[in-house]
Amino acid sequence: MRIERRLRRPRWLAVAVPIGSVVVALGVAAIVLVATGHSAGHTYRRLFEAAFTETGALTNTFISATPLLFTGLAAAAAFRMQLFNIGAEGQLYCGAITSAVFALWIGGHSTPLLIVAMIAAGSAAGAAWALVPGVLRAFFRTNEIITSLMLNYVAGWLLNYLIFDSLSYLRDTSSLEARTFPQGKILPDAASWPTVSFNPGQTTIVPLGFLIAAGVAALLWGLYRHTRFGFELHVIGDSPRAARYAGMRTRRKILAVMALSGAIAGLGGASQNGDFRHQLDARGLQQSFYGYTGIVVAALARYNPFAVVLVAFLLGGLQNAGYTLQGADFPSGLVGVIQGIILFCVLGGELLLRYRVTFPALRRRPAPPATAPEAAP
Amino acid sequence: MNNGIVVVVLAAGVSYGTPLLFASLGELLAERAGVLNLGVEGMMLVGAVLGFWSVQRVGGPTALVLAVGIAVAALAGAAMAAIHAFLTITLRASQIISGLALTLFAGAAGLSSYLGDDLGLGGSPAKHQFNDVNAFGLQKLAIVGPIVFGQPILVYVAWGCVVAIWFYLSRTRVGLNLRAVGESPAAADAMGINVTAYRYAHVLAGGAFAGIAGASFSLSLTPQWVGGGALTNGAGWIAIALVIFAFWRPELCLVGACFFGALQALPPNLQARHELSSVPSDVFNALPYVMTVVVLVLVSTGFAKRRLGAPAALGVPYVREER
Repeated sequence: MRIERRLRRPRWLAVAVPIGSVVVALGVAAIVLVATGHSAGHTYRRLFEAAFTETGALTNTFISATPLLFTGLAAAAAFRMQLFNIGAEGQLYCGAITSAVFALWIGGHSTPLLIVAMIAAGSAAGAAWALVPGVLRAFFRTNEIITSLMLNYVAGWLLNYLIFDSLSYLRDTSSLEARTFPQGKILPDAASWPTVSFNPGQTTIVPLGFLIAAGVAALLWGLYRHTRFGFELHVIGDSPRAARYAGMRTRRKILAVMALSGAIAGLGGASQNGDFRHQLDARGLQQSFYGYTGIVVAALARYNPFAVVLVAFLLGGLQNAGYTLQGADFPSGLVGVIQGIILFCVLGGELLLRYRVTFPALRRRPAPPATAPEAAP
Repeated sequence: MNNGIVVVVLAAGVSYGTPLLFASLGELLAERAGVLNLGVEGMMLVGAVLGFWSVQRVGGPTALVLAVGIAVAALAGAAMAAIHAFLTITLRASQIISGLALTLFAGAAGLSSYLGDDLGLGGSPAKHQFNDVNAFGLQKLAIVGPIVFGQPILVYVAWGCVVAIWFYLSRTRVGLNLRAVGESPAAADAMGINVTAYRYAHVLAGGAFAGIAGASFSLSLTPQWVGGGALTNGAGWIAIALVIFAFWRPELCLVGACFFGALQALPPNLQARHELSSVPSDVFNALPYVMTVVVLVLVSTGFAKRRLGAPAALGVPYVREER
């Protein structure tokens, strides 16, 4: 077998390879399912139904997709510059904390005001949390992968402290029950974000957060594709040395991109409060792994903001189906396993985009070419 | 005197540090070959769950069952690492993304939870576990007794591995070849060293160590299975950071592992003794993670800026045709 670099990249490959990779991934996941004693066909059919076709399935898929869209965009924004911010998890927690504080504090005012305040507070907190590894990376060259990840755990303990181990402003202490089983204060009604519903066969409710995130995706695309800022960070990402010779300010870009990435993740935290949970849900947020799944979303979308929207929707469907079906037949990690296998296959498939795989030994044989296996695209 | 808080925390720190030590030694081997593997957390969790499973299922004398458990955990870790090796060495995928993918696939919300759930492992304690030994009858010795001589057997295995890996890297021909592969694969290739084979072998060995690290959680430190990543709680990531603090040297991994082990041992021991109860326990729980960041910043500035010991080819795929 020989692997050689492609000089030209045919356009159809960019579509065929990812689709082929996903098909292969579903095949591999089917083997895992069968090996652990489950029926692959039945599992896939149930997953598809629970994700997209059952009554109310699409509504729930939008609910699951919204946080993944935020964290996926957060990861894509940073990864594009080869800045591996894997702290979206913690940045989302911070956004949830501050937006809950502001929602409780402003309280009875009008909903639009509250929405703006929650968005501002959430994204500011996410940006601030992300700037810690950003500053460390920019000024001390400290590996941002590990620092941003460590801060996830710190933010997790902060959540635990606010809800479980103290009588903080965010904790519900109004009744005896609430004091025994700690939970966050319920946010005022005005802090519930509106929804949009439409009807493609069945009534589907789209949360405001999803629309905001889609708007963010469009802005991000414009910023990265059509501004000097976006151009410079592509150059810094692809070739730091060339960027330095060209006089680009790498430090500033690192700080700006980390802040941007954190702000998007923090916005996801605000959306969790406003759209779905209506309280600071310390346990629920920590059990959801939104930040980590966002990395899968971004990598599958190859950091393209519009592809992130599509991938987040599809993986949201998968997650939603996982929640719906969880039980004896559907062990809890199944969705993560399927996502992981898809990601592996797509990563492996990228080889075929960049390189051409040929089998010279087979080709040289005098056998009729019709039976000789061609280089698989 | 042996019940004083300092001795107790240090003794617990040595055993809490053991999974960190195993995992960082494994990561060190892989990185010395030039392959960064960010999937340590995932490999640990799969090792933990399968090691625990085999101990629950296999019958026989305790020592044998535990040996089987460790072997299964090592194999499981190596199997996970094989995915990473195939993707990064053969298919030339990005090491960072592939490692992250491995952690996501195998970790808290993935394969380890799937297996734990599917095999029904939650809720029951391990049937066999590693107990503290009394090495040379010196456990009662003042101060050093509980710290050095009264640990579970895995601790001594880990120390043995430190010596073995130090010897391997600095005193054997194969170890020298390994360092050449990590520093300059093109030169190593020209010398006739099989770069691909070295990289595969050491990434797999690293996975095996990570698997054992996971099993030392589920069979020794907290002898049970808990899904959702609560078992390791980021220890795999601390282990990756440890390799950096240790400047890619096994003997320094030991020091770092004890330090971070002691930090992790702090909150439960403080709680048990009702000491410092005015400080919220979450502050202590967050301490190992904050300290990881702090130490990482320290080693990335000042005298360490020369990156003592970092393999030059770390993270770079080797393609013979493109060198």
